[in-house]
Amino acid sequence: MRVFVPGDSAAISVGADEVATAIAQLDSTVEIIRNGSRGALWLETLVEVQTPSGRIAFGPVTPADVQSLFDADFLNGGAHPLSLGKTEEIEWLSSQERVTFARVGIIDPLSLEDYRAHGGLIGLRKALKLSHEVIINEVTESGLRGRGGAGFPAGIKWRTVAQSFGEQKYICCNADEGDSGTFADRMLIEGDPFTLIEGMTIAGIAVGATKGIVYIRSEYPYAIATLRKAIEIARTSDWLGSRVLGTTHAFDIEVRVGAGSYVCGEETAMLESIEGKRGVVRAKPPLPAVEGLFGQPTVINNVLTLSTVPMIMAEGATAYKSRGVGRSLGTQIFQLAGNIARGGIVERSFGISLNELVNTYGGGTLSGRPFRAVQIGGPLGAYFSSAQIETAMDYESLIAAGGMLGHGGVVVFDDTVDLAQQAKFAMEFCAIESCGKCTPCRIGSTRGAETIDLIIKGVRVDENKKLLLDLCEVMTDGSLCAMGGLTPLPVKSAMINFPTDFDGVRK
Amino acid sequence: MTMIFEPDFGTPASEKLEQVSLEIDGRSITVAADTSIMRAALEVGIDIPKLCSTDRLKAFGSCRLCIIQVDGRNGTPSSCTTPVAEGMKVATKSEKLDRIRKGVMELYLSDHPAECATGAECEVHAVAKKIGVATSRYTTPETHLDLAKDESNPYFTFDSTECIVCNRCVRACDEVQGTFALTIENRGFEARVSSSGTSFIDSECVSCGACVQACPTGALTEKTLLTIGPPTSSVITTCAYCGVGCSFKAEMRGDEVVRMVPLKAGGANEGHSCVKGRFAYGYATHSDRITKPMIRASINDPWKEVSWDEAITYASDGLKRIQSESGINAIGGITSSRCTNEEVFVVQKMVRAAFGNNNVDTCARVCHSPTGYGLGQTFGTSAGTQDFESVEHSDVIMLIGANPTSAHPVFASRMKQAIRKGAKLIVIDPRVIPLVRTPGVEAAHHLQLMPGTNVAVINALAHVIVTEGLIKRDFVEARCDAQSFKEWEEFISLPENSPESLEASSRVPATQIRAAAYLFANARNGSIYYGLGVTEHSQGSTMVMGIANLSMATGNIGRKGVGVNPLRGQNNVQGSCDMGSFPHELPGYRHISNPDTRKIFNDAWGVELQERPGMRIPNMFDAAIAGQYRGMYVQGEDIAQSDPNTSHVHAALRAMDMVIVQDLFLNETSKFAHVFLPGTSFLEKDGTFTNAERRINRVRPVMKSKTGKSEFEVTCDLATAMGYPMSYESGAQIMDEIAATTPTFSGVSFAKLDELGSIQWPCNEANPQGTPMMHIDHFVRGQGQFMKTPYVPTDEKATRKFPLLLTTGRVLSQYNVGAQTRRTKNNIWHSEDILDLHESDAQLRGIADGSWVKLASRVGETIMKARITDEVPAGVVYTTFHFPESGANVITTDFSDWATNCPEYKVTAVEISPSIQGPGEMIETHIGGDPQLDSIIRMANQIAANVPANNAPEIQVAHHIVQFWTPTMIGRLRNEVDHALLSPIVVRAIEITLMTNQYL
Repeated sequence: MRVFVPGDSAAISVGADEVATAIAQLDSTVEIIRNGSRGALWLETLVEVQTPSGRIAFGPVTPADVQSLFDADFLNGGAHPLSLGKTEEIEWLSSQERVTFARVGIIDPLSLEDYRAHGGLIGLRKALKLSHEVIINEVTESGLRGRGGAGFPAGIKWRTVAQSFGEQKYICCNADEGDSGTFADRMLIEGDPFTLIEGMTIAGIAVGATKGIVYIRSEYPYAIATLRKAIEIARTSDWLGSRVLGTTHAFDIEVRVGAGSYVCGEETAMLESIEGKRGVVRAKPPLPAVEGLFGQPTVINNVLTLSTVPMIMAEGATAYKSRGVGRSLGTQIFQLAGNIARGGIVERSFGISLNELVNTYGGGTLSGRPFRAVQIGGPLGAYFSSAQIETAMDYESLIAAGGMLGHGGVVVFDDTVDLAQQAKFAMEFCAIESCGKCTPCRIGSTRGAETIDLIIKGVRVDENKKLLLDLCEVMTDGSLCAMGGLTPLPVKSAMINFPTDFDGVRK
Repeated sequence: MTMIFEPDFGTPASEKLEQVSLEIDGRSITVAADTSIMRAALEVGIDIPKLCSTDRLKAFGSCRLCIIQVDGRNGTPSSCTTPVAEGMKVATKSEKLDRIRKGVMELYLSDHPAECATGAECEVHAVAKKIGVATSRYTTPETHLDLAKDESNPYFTFDSTECIVCNRCVRACDEVQGTFALTIENRGFEARVSSSGTSFIDSECVSCGACVQACPTGALTEKTLLTIGPPTSSVITTCAYCGVGCSFKAEMRGDEVVRMVPLKAGGANEGHSCVKGRFAYGYATHSDRITKPMIRASINDPWKEVSWDEAITYASDGLKRIQSESGINAIGGITSSRCTNEEVFVVQKMVRAAFGNNNVDTCARVCHSPTGYGLGQTFGTSAGTQDFESVEHSDVIMLIGANPTSAHPVFASRMKQAIRKGAKLIVIDPRVIPLVRTPGVEAAHHLQLMPGTNVAVINALAHVIVTEGLIKRDFVEARCDAQSFKEWEEFISLPENSPESLEASSRVPATQIRAAAYLFANARNGSIYYGLGVTEHSQGSTMVMGIANLSMATGNIGRKGVGVNPLRGQNNVQGSCDMGSFPHELPGYRHISNPDTRKIFNDAWGVELQERPGMRIPNMFDAAIAGQYRGMYVQGEDIAQSDPNTSHVHAALRAMDMVIVQDLFLNETSKFAHVFLPGTSFLEKDGTFTNAERRINRVRPVMKSKTGKSEFEVTCDLATAMGYPMSYESGAQIMDEIAATTPTFSGVSFAKLDELGSIQWPCNEANPQGTPMMHIDHFVRGQGQFMKTPYVPTDEKATRKFPLLLTTGRVLSQYNVGAQTRRTKNNIWHSEDILDLHESDAQLRGIADGSWVKLASRVGETIMKARITDEVPAGVVYTTFHFPESGANVITTDFSDWATNCPEYKVTAVEISPSIQGPGEMIETHIGGDPQLDSIIRMANQIAANVPANNAPEIQVAHHIVQFWTPTMIGRLRNEVDHALLSPIVVRAIEITLMTNQYL
C-alpha cells in the first residue's frame, strides 16, 4: 500500500510529519512516500492513497484525523469527510497547465527511478546527441524567458556565454528566493530536484560549462537537504561527474548556501557572495555572461527557468511556445499568497487574468472581507487595485499596467490595508536590504520612509509628495541595480492607484 | 610657489591599442578601446561630476553622479563603468540628468556636515556647488552625524560623520595596497566604512596612506592638515627611505610640511606610498637635530659648538697631521647611501683628489656589494635589469631573501597585484615572510632553507633545469658565452649539485626544489627579485652569480616580466655605488687601474689619482686597530651601530685620532668622533637619488638648510682646507660634472630631469630618454657569462656552544638603524627589537613568550625580549637591528662575503638563555692579537675556496686579490703570513703576484 504524505516544508509546517508518523503507527505495512506538494497549500496536509483506479486525495489532514481515516478505510479509498476524490480530478489542479511543475507532488523527489518513469532525463539524453548550437537554438526558439523576474530570453544569454572565451565557465542557479509571497523555487527543489539538475546539466553542455552552482537561501533547510541528496544520487548514478551519462561531457553541481541577505538574489551580488565576498552589487558591464563568477563567463538563471529546460528539450520548442501570449510564451508558475482563501501554486499559460487567479483560484480573501489590493512580483512589485482586476498576467501587459511580473508572486490584501503604510514598508524594506553600494538606494530608501512617514502624519503633505516623487525618479533612474531601481514601483503604484491613502489624514 | 595639481581622470587608462571614435556632447573624440566614457569626456575637457571614482582605482559606479545618456540605449548608466563604443553618441547634460544628479546630491547632503573640517578639500561640497545644490530638502532625517572620530592612528583621523561610503578607501586598501584592512560593515543605510570592526590602530592597517589619499572628503585626513592648515605650495621630491624611491609632492604651508602626497606621475610608485615615506618625515625637524658644527679634543670630552670655519680648520688640521705622520693613505672616507648622488660624488672626489688616496667606501659595502660584483661578472653591470612595472608582466616570480612587505612596501603592493592577477610566487627564505601567505596571496612554493645555504638551493634548482632538459637553448646560444655555458652546464650537472645531495644542507625537500624548478623554467616570463638575504652571506657574490646563471639558462632576460632585480635597501644605494664610492672603482663602475678612466678624472680634476684600490670599510677597521689608519670622514652612516661585530668596530674607532661625522643627529659613531658636521635632511637637499630600477629622481629642497650650508658645500670646504680647492654653486653643476666624466650618465642633467620627471641610466647618446630595461639585445658585457658557483658552507656553523642560527631583517615601521623612524610616531608600532624563536627552541630553554633573553655569539652578547612564533623554523632565531639599545650587531661576526667583504649578517651562530633583567651595558669582547692579519688570512682562504677548482684557481685568486686589495694588504699577505695557515692555492697565487708584473 502506498500513501503519499508531502515532505514539502509548507506541508510540514502544518503537521505533515506528524500525519506521516500517525499513519505509520497505525499501520506499519504502509509504504509512505514523502512526495512534494501538489501546490494546493490550502489543502495541506494533502494525503494521497494509491488505489487501482488512481490516487485518491484527503485533505487538509491533521494528525487528529488519521484514526478516522483508518476507520473509514481510506487506504482503499473509503468515504471520509476529508476525501477529495481522485487527485487528478480536483478542479483547482486539473484546470492548471503543469509543465515545469509536471512532476511536483506526483513523484518521490529522491527516486531516480520515479523520475525516469515520469519522463525524466529524456531532455538531457536528447541534448547529449545535439550540438551546442542546436540546443541553444531550441531554447531560444521556445521563447523561454528568465523566471527570476527580469524576463531576459534564456537562449540569448546562453549564446553569449557559449561565445565568450573562458577557461572555466559556470552555470549558476539562483535559488535565493527572497520575494515575500513566493515559494515556487523551494517547492520545485523539494518536490522534483532532478528536474533542476537536468536543466543545469543541459545548460552546461550547451555553453561548455562543467561546473554548476546552486545558490540557495539558508532559510530553506529542507530544500538544501533534498537538493544535496539528489546531487549525490546523480553523482553515483553516472549522471553528474566527469562523464555525463557515459558521454565525454563533464558536469557537476555544488550547493552554496546564502547568509540571509535579500540583495544576494540580485545576480551580481550573488556572484560576489559565491566568491566569498560581501554581497554587493557589481556595475554592469561587464555582463556576468561575459565576466561572471571569478571573472569567467557565467549563465545565471533562476530555478524555474532551468527546470523548464528539460521539458523544452524533451518535447521541443514548438510544444512550449504554443502556450502563452505575445512575447510571453509558455507557462508561468504563479504563487498565490497573502490574505487569500486558496493559496498555492498555479501554473498556467501566460495571459490568464488577475481576476481568475485571485478569485477563481484564490477564492477571494481569507478574511472574507472585500479585496482591496494585490501586490504582484514581490516586495518591489506594484500594488494593483480592484479596478485593474482584469489585467492579463504576462510580462508586457503587467508593464503596461505599471507593474511587473517579477518572480510571479501574487499577494492579496483586503480592505483593511493602508497603502501609505505599505509604501513606507517598501522603502523600509529597501533600507534594510539594500547592499549599501549606490547612493540612491542606500540613503534614498531611508529618506523615502521618512518622507512617507511625514505624509502619513500630515506634515507638508503636498511638498513631501513632490519630494517623494522626485526621490522615486532618482531611485528608479539612478540606482545601480533593480533593488533601488524598483523600490519606487510599489510606492508610486500605491500613490497612483490608492491616492486617498496619501492625503495625509489618518483613517 | 604654487600648488602642483594632478588631474583625476576618474578611471585608469585603458591598456588597449585599438582606437574607438565617439561623440560626447557633440564633440568627436578618439580614444583607446575600453576607456570609460568619463575618462574620454575629461580628455576633451568635459568634467562629469563624480565622487566615487578616481583614476587609481577600478570603476565602481556607486555615487551615481556621473550618469549619462547614450543614444539608442535605455536608462542613465554611470559614465565611469560604461566603456566607449564605436560611433556612440553620449550626452553628459540634460534636464533629466540634472534632476537626478541634484536628487542624488540632496541625499548626500542630508547625511553630511554642512561644514567640513578640511574645508575646500571636501569634494562633496565642491561637487554640490558645481551641480547647483546648496541644501537638501530632507528635514529631520536620521543621520550618522553623531558618530565618534577614530583618532587612534598617529598620522590620520577617521571621521565617519564626513564619510559618504564611496568605498574609495576600501578599494584603495584592496586594489592599491592589497592589505584588505578596511571593509564596509552592515547593509543599506547602516553601511559604514570600518577598519574591520576595530580601531585603525588595532586593525590590519599598515598606514600606507592609500585610503587617506583616496578619500574625497574629510573622513580620512592627515592630522597635520588639521593642525597646520591647508597647504599653499607644493614641490615634487623623492622619499629618502628605501630603494624604491617614491616620488612625492611635499605640500607646504610656509616653511612647514603639511603632508607628503605620493605623486601619480612618480615612475617608481605611481601614486602609492608606505607609512615611512607618507608620514614618517617628522625626524627632519626633530629637536634632536644638530644644526651647529661641534668639535672636541678627545672622545671623552664634551662637545663644543664652534663656527663652520673653526670646525673645518680643526678637521683639516687633524687629517693633515695624520697624513704627515703616517702617510697619505692613513685617512679615508665613507660615503652615504642616504645622501644625494651629488653629495656622494663630492665626497669620493674629496677622498681621491684632496686626500690623495682611494680609501673611499660606502655603506653599500655592507648590503649590496655582492650585487655589484656578481652582476658585473655575469651581465657586465652592477644594477637590476628591470623597472618595477615589469613585475606586473611576470608569470612566475622568484623572491629570494627579501621581505618586501616590510622593507619595500610600495613594490610589494605591485608584486601582490601581479600575484592576485595570477602570477605564481616562489619564496626562498628561512622565515615564513608575510608573502608566503597573506590575504589574496599564497606562494606556490616556500623553499624554507637554513640560513647560509642559498647557493645550495640555487644550484639544486639549476641542476634540475639542466638535467631535465628545461634549458632555453635558443636564448643561451644567441646571447651567452658558449664556453662559459658549457663549463657551467657540466659543473651544475654534477651529482653533488642535485637537490637530493643538497637536501641535507639546505633542509629543503628535493621534491619541492624539483617542483619549483619546473615551475620557474616553464614560465613564459620568470623574474627573480632578491634582497639582503642573498648578499649578506659569505657566499653572497656566488649567490648573485647563481641567480644570474639561472635567469640566463631559462632565457629570462631582456623583456618585460623577467630579469634579475636586487631590491635595494637605501634610497640612494644604487646611486652611491654608481658615483664611484668603492675603493677600486671610479664613477660608472670603471676600475681604478684603467689608465684611460683615470685620465678622464686626472684631466678634469687636475690631479694624479692613485692607480691601486684603496681600503674597504672592514680593511679600514683592521688597519685602524693596527695603527695604520687614523682619520676618517663618515658621511651619514652610523657604522658603530650598523656594521657587524660592534666590539671590533668600536675598538677601531677608538683607536683613531680624527673621526669626522657628518649627520643629522648624534649617533653611536659620533660617540667616537672628534668633529661633528651637521648634515641636511632630504627636505633641504638639492640633488638626485637613484633607486633600485636605476631611476634618477630629483630631490628638491622644500625648505632652507637648517645648518645654513648645503652638505656638498661643507665637503668642498673641507677639501679646500686640505689644500685642494673645490666648490659648486648647485647640485645641477655637480651633475654636469658627473655627466661629463661618466659615459652612462652623459645625457643626464637637472634640466632633462625636470622635463622627463625621472631618467633610468644609462642615459647617453644611444639612449637619450634613459633605459627602463637592460640587456634587451645583448648584455652590457657583450655575451652573458655563466659563472661556476660551487657551494661552500659558511664557517659560521651551529655548534654545541652556539647551536642556533641568528638571521636579521626589518619591520615595516622602522628603517635601518632607526635614526629617522625612531624619531617619529612610528614607534607606536615597534618600539624595540624582538627576538623571534620557535616554540621548540623556547621550551627547551624554558623561555616564555615576552620574557627577556640573553643572546650570545662568539663575539658578544646582548639582551632582548623573546617572541615565540612559527614564522621561524626550529634552530633559527631572528631579530631586527633598529634600536641601538638591543645591539643586534654586538652579536654578528666579522665573517664576510669572499669577493666583496659584505658582512655575513644573515648567519650568526648563537645561543639564547633566559635573562632576569632587561638590557644593561652591552658586553663587548676585548679585541686582541692582530685582527688585520687574521682577516687577511681568512679572506684569502675564502677566495680560494670559492673560485672553481679546475682552470688554474691560483690565477683567479691572484687576479682577485690584485683587483680588490690594497697594496699594504697584499704586502702583509706575502711577507707576514705563515704559509702553513694558507690554502695551497693562495700560496701559489702569492707566487704569481710576485712573478707577474702585469698584476702590479
